Amino acid sequence: MAKQVVQVDRVIIRFAGDSGDGMQLTGDRFTSETASFGNDLSTLPDFPAEIRAPAGTLPGVSAFQLHFADHDIMTPGDAPNVLVAMNPAALKANLGDLPRGADVIVNTDEFTPRALAKVGYDANPLEDGSLDSYRVHPLALTSLTVEALRQFDITKKEAERAKNMYALGLLCWLYHRPIEGTERFLRQKFSSRPAILDANLAALKAGWNYGETTEDFSISYEVRPAALPAGTYRNISGNLALSFGLMAAAQRSGLPLFLGSYPITPASDILHELSKHKRFGVRTYQAEDEIAGIGAALGAAFAGSLGVTTTSGPGLALKSETIGLAVSLELPLVIVDVQRGGPSTGLPTKTEQADLLQAMFGRNGEAPVPIVAPCSPADCFDAAVEACRIALTYRTPVLLLSDGYLANGSEPWRIPDLTALPDLRVEFATEPNHDGAFWPFLRDPQTLARPWAVPGTPGLEHRIGGIEKSDGPGNISYDPDNHERMVRLRQAKVDGVAASIPPLEVDDPTDRARLLVLGWGSTYGPIAAACETARAEGIDVAQAHLRHLNPFPANTAEVLRRYDRVLVPEMNLGQLALLVRGRFLVDAIGYNRVRGLPFKAAELVAAIKDVIARD
Amino acid sequence: MTDLLAEALAQVPKADQPLSKKDFTSDQEVRWCPGCGDYAILAAVQSFLPELGVRRENIVFVSGIGCSSRFPYYLDTYGMHSIHGRAPAIASGIAASRPDLMVWVVTGDGDALSIGGNHLIHTLRRNMNLTILLFNNRIYGLTKGQYSPTSEHGKITKSSPMGSLENPFNPVSLALGVEATFVARTIDSDRKHLTDVLRQAAAHRGAALVEIFQNCPIFNDDAFEVLKDSGIKDDYLIRLEHGQPIRFGRDASKGVVRAPDATLKVVDVGEVGTEALLVHDAHAENPELAFALSRLTDPTTLDRTPIGVFRSVRRPTYDELMAEQLERARRVAGTGDPAEALTELIAGRDTWTIT
Repeated sequence: MAKQVVQVDRVIIRFAGDSGDGMQLTGDRFTSETASFGNDLSTLPDFPAEIRAPAGTLPGVSAFQLHFADHDIMTPGDAPNVLVAMNPAALKANLGDLPRGADVIVNTDEFTPRALAKVGYDANPLEDGSLDSYRVHPLALTSLTVEALRQFDITKKEAERAKNMYALGLLCWLYHRPIEGTERFLRQKFSSRPAILDANLAALKAGWNYGETTEDFSISYEVRPAALPAGTYRNISGNLALSFGLMAAAQRSGLPLFLGSYPITPASDILHELSKHKRFGVRTYQAEDEIAGIGAALGAAFAGSLGVTTTSGPGLALKSETIGLAVSLELPLVIVDVQRGGPSTGLPTKTEQADLLQAMFGRNGEAPVPIVAPCSPADCFDAAVEACRIALTYRTPVLLLSDGYLANGSEPWRIPDLTALPDLRVEFATEPNHDGAFWPFLRDPQTLARPWAVPGTPGLEHRIGGIEKSDGPGNISYDPDNHERMVRLRQAKVDGVAASIPPLEVDDPTDRARLLVLGWGSTYGPIAAACETARAEGIDVAQAHLRHLNPFPANTAEVLRRYDRVLVPEMNLGQLALLVRGRFLVDAIGYNRVRGLPFKAAELVAAIKDVIARD
Repeated sequence: MTDLLAEALAQVPKADQPLSKKDFTSDQEVRWCPGCGDYAILAAVQSFLPELGVRRENIVFVSGIGCSSRFPYYLDTYGMHSIHGRAPAIASGIAASRPDLMVWVVTGDGDALSIGGNHLIHTLRRNMNLTILLFNNRIYGLTKGQYSPTSEHGKITKSSPMGSLENPFNPVSLALGVEATFVARTIDSDRKHLTDVLRQAAAHRGAALVEIFQNCPIFNDDAFEVLKDSGIKDDYLIRLEHGQPIRFGRDASKGVVRAPDATLKVVDVGEVGTEALLVHDAHAENPELAFALSRLTDPTTLDRTPIGVFRSVRRPTYDELMAEQLERARRVAGTGDPAEALTELIAGRDTWTIT
């Protein structure tokens, strides 16, 4: 009997299981198949900080959400249409996010009295009618997998471990995804363990065949490829895009890339990625601590490299003093902060935007630093190039504020033409610049950047340091007027970056909006989705998104003043709002959540309506 | 020695013409207190650098914070006066990325051993190609007289009016404990010895730690007087020379032997005979003997203080190993346009095209 195929325009799937169940891998593979099928997509991995939290517990639940569609989408989706729950904990932890009527695929093998009791279920939810408003597909996933792999010479435990591939096969059937890419992936991953490879391949197929034959799944769904702009695409996560952006900037500048870093979640993947690319002359230095990471990067910058350090909030705090030194030395340096929940250790694997004020002000003295923030995983590439451009052009440390959602989330990315990126070539100083002498702090009149004279250049020997320097010659100076001049020059230099950045664009299709929603960083997707929804309901609302947080684009004041109200949604308690109020005297209204998760479009629609209702 | 120096500086461009002390003297007024031991060290370094025969512009001095850390301002080379304790970290970035530079770190006992202790041990452990000059005056000078991590137990200072409660670090023991490849000690006022130790440090490719006993005339005057007073210094100093029996004292009457319990012991040479004395081996792979020698000293009286080169062994340096990996990765990748290679890398294997 041919099964019914239903066309849908978009689907949100969430895979959830124990930390050791391979949910991130399953999600990654489903994403890859979906990407190569040509859908637009957006993903949200959500996992605990513990590597293997106690099995079967709520804190141990690891989830991966994927939103894919036949059109341009902005977010990983508010509410899943499908939940794959590998155990009672995964069901309990995620059920609250499901809308009525959602499909729930559960692994019944794990719904034992003990496992149920562990997460506080008094009765089996599969039997007590509490799931009646969902379409539940009970599946003995573990035993089906073990049964399917009986012929292989592997242990029962190894067979059980392949259940994620069984689930993946079933989901691929259900949504018409190809599985060839996953087969290729498995062949590579298990090339040295043929028995495990065969078992995983068989589990994947068995899952597919189960969907094809069982009566439980009478309908399969098709999501057509999305009509994205012409070009060649790949799927990419924020950390990977950011790594590539740094490499591209290095190539466009002609400088060797030097990364000084200390491992920290969720930034470590940038260190891992860049350490693979030595053939491009990339030097990665795993330092003894955060301070040494940025110290080495600054030393390398002094010696003529494109110096970069990567970290997350707690590490940024440790790097503060060295960033101040870089401000004082006026050397190019890129500091990447992949923000996570804080304060202190906070929520290492969850996202937040609460380091903005630390980036802005977290140093002693007047120490201005330009700040750039990417707005989507793929945008991490362009934002990294932009951060390097500012650092190299203005001879200044630059903070690049990514976050946990951008770092691990992914989306399709149109692969850029590297030759079309800005020309970042740098001219090192080679000649004396003042009456036969070299003055390290004699500035370029346009950019106020000082000359970059690298060791090895004859005749330009000079000493720089964190003590105040005389304007021009750069010798130690305690002169009051000189200090005031230098403080203001450093500020003017950073303020002057605004002349090189594009104006703040506003999306206001009807031109009638009285409300502007202003965001920055990773909230772009949910804000844009919320504005679209609101407009579809007849609400006039404008959206603007800041990529440069310091300095702000030159037209920011003018944009803000055009609107009666400015709503600033942030994953913090109002840090951009504070800057906007202080800087522009605009009575910004905050919408602030710090749950470690990206905004849902629906809550922002509600926030927009709430502000409009005030009038 | 000269062969070693040539090997150590093989990647550093040579000066076209001989340089002089004047070439290494900057136009900045030196601002240490009158009588500070730093003057003698500065003069020794400025006089010694020309003999290396390398280009001035390929020498970099990096310092942290403290009196000693003003050093780079007075040398006409490239220099950075950085932040407290971090000079080894910053210098590591320079040394790792530029094998053509000769990198020096100037630091003090507070800078290197207190706030910057972590960077010091890891820089030595990694065998970064740089030389650390640790000016040890056993006191905080720039902050005006608090006890330092090398001050003797019970030291009375502004911050320890009833005496310090802490045991001092022995910087040489510390460096040997992390298996630093070159470890030496010298004294600010002994120009000849100081220059000789600098010479040997310069001829070492890899991380070198040179502890320099340095007098602070304001806050800890005469801290090393027993090692300087010509009347008594020979009773206190043990001058280490590679390949020579370890003996000291007036008339070289005392010597060092290994006791039956494997510890080192000071003996009367007349009683045991010259043959029984330990012969110093700075090139021993195992730093155990060097470490034992460093432990002979009484930290309070400075009795039995060895000076000279404790250890000098050649090991691959961090920059050499890093360059080797870069080269190997390039070889495996083959020649080809790097821009195209990067485009290919960025595209990855799973792409799709929309027309």
